[in-house]
Amino acid sequence: MENVNHLEKFQAVIDADSKIEPKDWMPEDYRKHLIRQISQHAHSEVIGMQPEGNWITRAPSLRAKLILLAKIQDEAGHGLYLYSACETLGISREELIEQLHTGKAKYSSIFNYPAVTWADIGAIGWLVDGAAIVNQISLQRTSYGPYSRAMIRICKEESFHQRQGYEIMGKLALGTPEQKEMAQDALNRWWWPSLMMFGPHDTDSPHSGKAMTWRIKRESNDVLRQRFIDKTVQQTEVIGLKIPDDKLKWNETKGVYEHGEIDWEEFNQVINGNGPLNKIRLANHISAHENGAWVREAANAYAAKQKKEVLVA
Amino acid sequence: MSNTKDNQGQLWEVFVQASPGIPHKHSGSVHATDKEMALQNARDLYTRRSEGTSIWVVPSSAIVASAPEDSGMLFDPSNDKPYRHPTFYVMPEGAKNI
Amino acid sequence: MTKQEALFNYTLRLGDNALILGHRLSEWSSKGPLLEEDIAMTNMALDLIGRADALLRYASQVEAKGRTEDDLAYKRGERQFLCNLIMQLPNGDFGFTIARQLIVSAFDLCLYEELAQSKDETIAGIAAKAVKEVKYHLKFSTDWTLRLGDGTEESHNRIQKSFDDIWMFTAELFETNEVDAIMVKEGIAPDYNNLKARWKKIITEVLLEATLKVPADAYMQTGSRKGVHTEYLGYILAELQYLPRAYPDAKW
Repeated sequence: MENVNHLEKFQAVIDADSKIEPKDWMPEDYRKHLIRQISQHAHSEVIGMQPEGNWITRAPSLRAKLILLAKIQDEAGHGLYLYSACETLGISREELIEQLHTGKAKYSSIFNYPAVTWADIGAIGWLVDGAAIVNQISLQRTSYGPYSRAMIRICKEESFHQRQGYEIMGKLALGTPEQKEMAQDALNRWWWPSLMMFGPHDTDSPHSGKAMTWRIKRESNDVLRQRFIDKTVQQTEVIGLKIPDDKLKWNETKGVYEHGEIDWEEFNQVINGNGPLNKIRLANHISAHENGAWVREAANAYAAKQKKEVLVA
Repeated sequence: MSNTKDNQGQLWEVFVQASPGIPHKHSGSVHATDKEMALQNARDLYTRRSEGTSIWVVPSSAIVASAPEDSGMLFDPSNDKPYRHPTFYVMPEGAKNI
Repeated sequence: MTKQEALFNYTLRLGDNALILGHRLSEWSSKGPLLEEDIAMTNMALDLIGRADALLRYASQVEAKGRTEDDLAYKRGERQFLCNLIMQLPNGDFGFTIARQLIVSAFDLCLYEELAQSKDETIAGIAAKAVKEVKYHLKFSTDWTLRLGDGTEESHNRIQKSFDDIWMFTAELFETNEVDAIMVKEGIAPDYNNLKARWKKIITEVLLEATLKVPADAYMQTGSRKGVHTEYLGYILAELQYLPRAYPDAKW
């Protein structure tokens, strides 16, 4: 009886577009859904540092190097904001990391693709961050307070990320023939995985139902994907590149771009661990974590000694 | 694999003052094993874009928060005391600077 | 050697040190013991590469041969670099990186506080900004030296070994040559011989508080002032310079 009462109040708060805060009553499924979604988001930020980090030492100018470093640093920061938001739901960072390492928690599949050339740094910023931003802007209005606040902060900071990527692509596209080829090649490889980032079509999306009722998610996968396509087509034309989709065409009546079919077989394979770099990305994270264990132990031991000294004094 | 003894340090709440004279505002949290580390982590995480002139860090465990179920008891009683607000009062017509 | 040549050489020395240490610190991305430390390491890398950018730009202006800061960073060979050997060493474990950072930050503090008073206004300006950054780097590496030195037995042993191993690269920081003589005479840079006592005092105090031993001075490595470097530098440059070298006509 009491639960029914709670549930009604909870849904009323959500329907009024107010926020649920950590100490408020919430259905267990709401909490679970949030932990899954926010931690996946946090892990994506952190694993997403790897493909770009791959190019820090090879960035072709000091300016490009500084920008890339600052961008990757932001990603670490965003991972931290999201881990903190997730922790307010009663799960520790240790547990979250363990879930990542054991494969219980996922991260965005896009980061299992390799950043092969410098143009990939452009494509990642422009397309991958571009797609992420579309999703994140929508999530600023999510119903869970700490998640919403993290998203607002992240969106504010991320606004330079996509511009950074697009700037790289623009320079390459207008550069030497080799550079232009590099840019088109990166676009060819990153376009479809970027579209997959929005997840399955609405008709096939297993988690969306309740997420929409609870306003964790505010707009559907297909709506967000379409928004991304529509704004990216024009940007591609401006720099003289071509989106690798023969079926892409403007639909006058609907006012949107139609696109070709996404290869969901590839999507599922990568999600299930068979992407080019799933194992390597995770192994890198585990190795950094293990190599840092003695440092964390030392810091804890030191802090314990300091506390003791304070007590004695 | 991560061992059970491992930990990521304790949780600290971060308050940043954006410019002199205004209140410190809650920015978020960080992990750290001691207060110096907490301050440095907070600086690196929350003031990368010159957002701050001063930072406070407080162990999250030191914060006492009111319970949502008490919010009626705590906050509703002040709803019927409009005389605490200046707009409650009717001033004689023509009076200035009051 | 003219004053201009000496100033070019000296500015390169400062710029190369910042560039190569920044390069090493940037390698910590995604490898830190805590995600927070990834950010801290990247922050120091940003400070250093930003400083390198400013110094190499000034060097290119002093040289006045039409080269840019990027040309200096990306198109010089191993023998033309003037960074100290200590900057080139691989990161090792977190403790080794901290040990190096403490040593270099203490040196940088002693040096850049003096450079902030330089008669050369550009150097003085860059140095004034650098002092603030370096103070923070020193604070950061001091705190970590304390945690590791006075943490667990393992961390104590590890960081003690790091200081022992790296010690032979410390004297080279203070070496002087013909360039220094001109810089000192012109009031542009301090006499490095006068920096050593203060540096040693800072290091000694931190190490003792961290329950560590200050390594004894033994045989010291040398070479960078003459452009004779570690084998590591070649690999660093191979990565750093790859794109501009592979696509000489391209602009990025």
